[in-house]
Amino acid sequence: MGIDYIVPEFEVVRNEQRCIHCRVCERQCANEVHSYSEEAGMMLSDETRCVNCQRCVSLCPTRALKIVKNPCSFRENANWQPDLIKEVYRQASTGGVLLSSMGTPKPYPVYWDRILINASQVTNPSIDPLREPMETKVFLGKRPEKISRDPEGNLITKLPPQITLSMPVMFSAMSYGSISYNAHASLARASTKLGILYNTGEGGLHEDFYRYGPNTIVQVASGRFGVHEGYLEAGAAIEIKMGQGAKPGIGGHLPGAKIVGDVSRTRMIPEGTDAISPAPHHDIYSIEDLRQLVYSLKEATNYEKPVIVKVAAVHNIAAIASGIARSGADIIAIDGFRGGTGAAPTRIRDNVGIPIELALASVDRRLRDEGIRGNVSLVVGGSIRCASDVVKAIALGADACYIATAALLALGCHLCRTCHSGKCNWGIATQRPDLVKRLNPDIGSERLVNLMNAWRHEIMELMGGMGINSIEALKGNRLMLRGVGLSGKELEILGISHAGE
Amino acid sequence: MEKEGQIRIPSGCAIAAVISTEGKLMSGEGIARSMIPMHERSNGLGGGFAGYGIYPEYKDFYALHLFFDDRTTRKNCESFLKEYFEIVQSERIPTRTIPLITDEPMIWRYFVSPLPSLLIRLQLDEKELVARCVMKINREMSGAYVFSSGKNMGTFKAVGFPEDVGLFYRLEEYEGYSWTAHGRYPTNTPGWWGGAHPFTLLDYSVVHNGEISSYDANRRFIEMFGYQCTLQTDTEVITYIMDYLIRRQGLTLKEAASVIAAPFWSTIEAEKNEEKERHAYLRMMFPSLLITGPFSIVFGFTGGLMALNDRLKLRSMVVGEKEDKVFIASEEAAIRALEPDTENIWAPSGGEAVVVKVKEEAMKWV
Repeated sequence: MGIDYIVPEFEVVRNEQRCIHCRVCERQCANEVHSYSEEAGMMLSDETRCVNCQRCVSLCPTRALKIVKNPCSFRENANWQPDLIKEVYRQASTGGVLLSSMGTPKPYPVYWDRILINASQVTNPSIDPLREPMETKVFLGKRPEKISRDPEGNLITKLPPQITLSMPVMFSAMSYGSISYNAHASLARASTKLGILYNTGEGGLHEDFYRYGPNTIVQVASGRFGVHEGYLEAGAAIEIKMGQGAKPGIGGHLPGAKIVGDVSRTRMIPEGTDAISPAPHHDIYSIEDLRQLVYSLKEATNYEKPVIVKVAAVHNIAAIASGIARSGADIIAIDGFRGGTGAAPTRIRDNVGIPIELALASVDRRLRDEGIRGNVSLVVGGSIRCASDVVKAIALGADACYIATAALLALGCHLCRTCHSGKCNWGIATQRPDLVKRLNPDIGSERLVNLMNAWRHEIMELMGGMGINSIEALKGNRLMLRGVGLSGKELEILGISHAGE
Repeated sequence: MEKEGQIRIPSGCAIAAVISTEGKLMSGEGIARSMIPMHERSNGLGGGFAGYGIYPEYKDFYALHLFFDDRTTRKNCESFLKEYFEIVQSERIPTRTIPLITDEPMIWRYFVSPLPSLLIRLQLDEKELVARCVMKINREMSGAYVFSSGKNMGTFKAVGFPEDVGLFYRLEEYEGYSWTAHGRYPTNTPGWWGGAHPFTLLDYSVVHNGEISSYDANRRFIEMFGYQCTLQTDTEVITYIMDYLIRRQGLTLKEAASVIAAPFWSTIEAEKNEEKERHAYLRMMFPSLLITGPFSIVFGFTGGLMALNDRLKLRSMVVGEKEDKVFIASEEAAIRALEPDTENIWAPSGGEAVVVKVKEEAMKWV
């Protein structure tokens, strides 16, 4: 074997005076970084295996551990950044496509951070959410264009099927397989408690979770893993996954190492096989084909469930969304390119797609220009990180947001970005029973509930500041937003004025 | 400095209104007088009135009131009108020269009827054609502005205090069965007559006190249906919302009120059967037309008035009665100025629509 050109990215710093050789770090690290040397009477570290997930740091009883960036680096080069050099080495040694996990870490512009929110002063009052009602309830689904009345003149109050959310946030698609049973259990239970929905992702629905059906979106992706009649009927809504922000143009990837036991059964595929969903749906090569799938699913579920069509934010997203709105879909979900993933080819994750802020703004505008914005609901994801991101997304025109990375962080994820290895030390993105049991769904669901309650309070505070006491009055209310440090073109696309205007 | 419409100008206000349920005619002098005690609520940058039943001799024709910057604009606009309408009468609106009202534009009115052949060719009903023409002039014809377009009703507005605007327009010479009035307190000085209120479309008129926080959500939704919010004012968008809900969707006044000032979900959940279903349906059907933030409005239409507050009641508004008359105003003082012996003065609660209509038999002759 030749020389390994790659210098470890991290350094394990162990304070020998504090270390009591309890070997917790050794037991906790699925990557096998730590080991105990009987001869030397001390802990050793194999830093080539470290992913900086911070598990050992968090569990070390004497706080003897630190993981720091390895200062040993290549000679500085603005063009050939260290990551690029390492990727060349890696590909030269393996000949493979590079895989990555979670959203792109590249420093692309985050427009949320260039948008500021308004507040009332003098001419109208702000509203105090501690003392006045403040409504965050949202309904997602199709709206007919006109009201209708019965022969007596009474309003016919039946609407097409709707999803009801206590706040405009849902947990986005993460398949059982890419994440663990306990992670799914946490999401399902938290959604039920919160009155929101979580999304099964493309791996089917574990039989234990059918009872959370009213708070579940069941996904149908190009691989059709785990899709059968009972599955479609189990959820409150059905999502057709056409694309994902982190990997537009390709299907889902789940390494065979994660296809074990119940995962294999739920997906209805053999153990150990890689689950690589086809890039397109092979029954959807055009917009009219999408319409057929939408109606097949509606037909299969007696028109009782809204159908969501999820697409990645790509260059022509406005026209695509307009097509989807006319295809019978009740809800359009758009996933921005900074969105997360359990495994994606690095080049695609880091280079394909567009930011969700711009995609949302142009889709909302296009649907309004065509007069059909009122007919469908719009859900956006792809790096919604906090309550103010939610408020900005709604004011730009979204009905609700999808979050996934934030939810995983609540469960203990440290964004080490190695989900594809299947060795998640936090028990989230793994199927190894010894690791899965580290995530306690009682605690996990409680932390998710806490997170969402905290966001809801913050959303209410921000709304109250603007003098708005119901979330629907915020939707598309772009006058409440101003840009800072954005070009004229960016402001034009976002449809907002610059601060000071 | 940017004109109204190029920027959004928030403003505080005073409103007042009166209606005779017997359809008895009242001169416009009274409603102008009622605005005097509320002088402090305006700042001299806008006042106006709408009167219903004031043009009985032309009641089958749309009365278009227009401001023109100059003669050329007027000529151009008139030739545009002739393409769509038969004009049975055109004249300057009579005014009185007073020192408190200056820089007036040319103020004209036209009594018109849409050309029947055109309605057939465009497959439009009369009202839709009038509404489209009004919006086209206001959007595209610089220097011309239609500020009233209903049948047997008219709006009169100017930059100035409302009582002076009443004097300027010789309101005492008009008689109507209902009147609304508005005094404006804008936060800067556009000094443009078109920016004063009431705002009208067809026979719908709105006077409004408040600053709504849902403005852009409402505007961007309503603009999908061909409305153009050229003034960027709350009053304009509220008028279009009412037109959309009532004329185009076919909702009743009360139903429309429970869209724009929808009951809270907690209230709806406590309601029973049909009412619960209806309120929930209307909120879910028209979520983007919910109006939040402070407002008190009087919505005028042929044969009636509707008063409505935002659902938190963030602006004052009282209602009173005397014999056949019902009064609505920002302050009781305004009602007392009009009728010192007004009875049953009460403050409607937030979101509670007060609808007053002229009796049907009386409407036959007004």
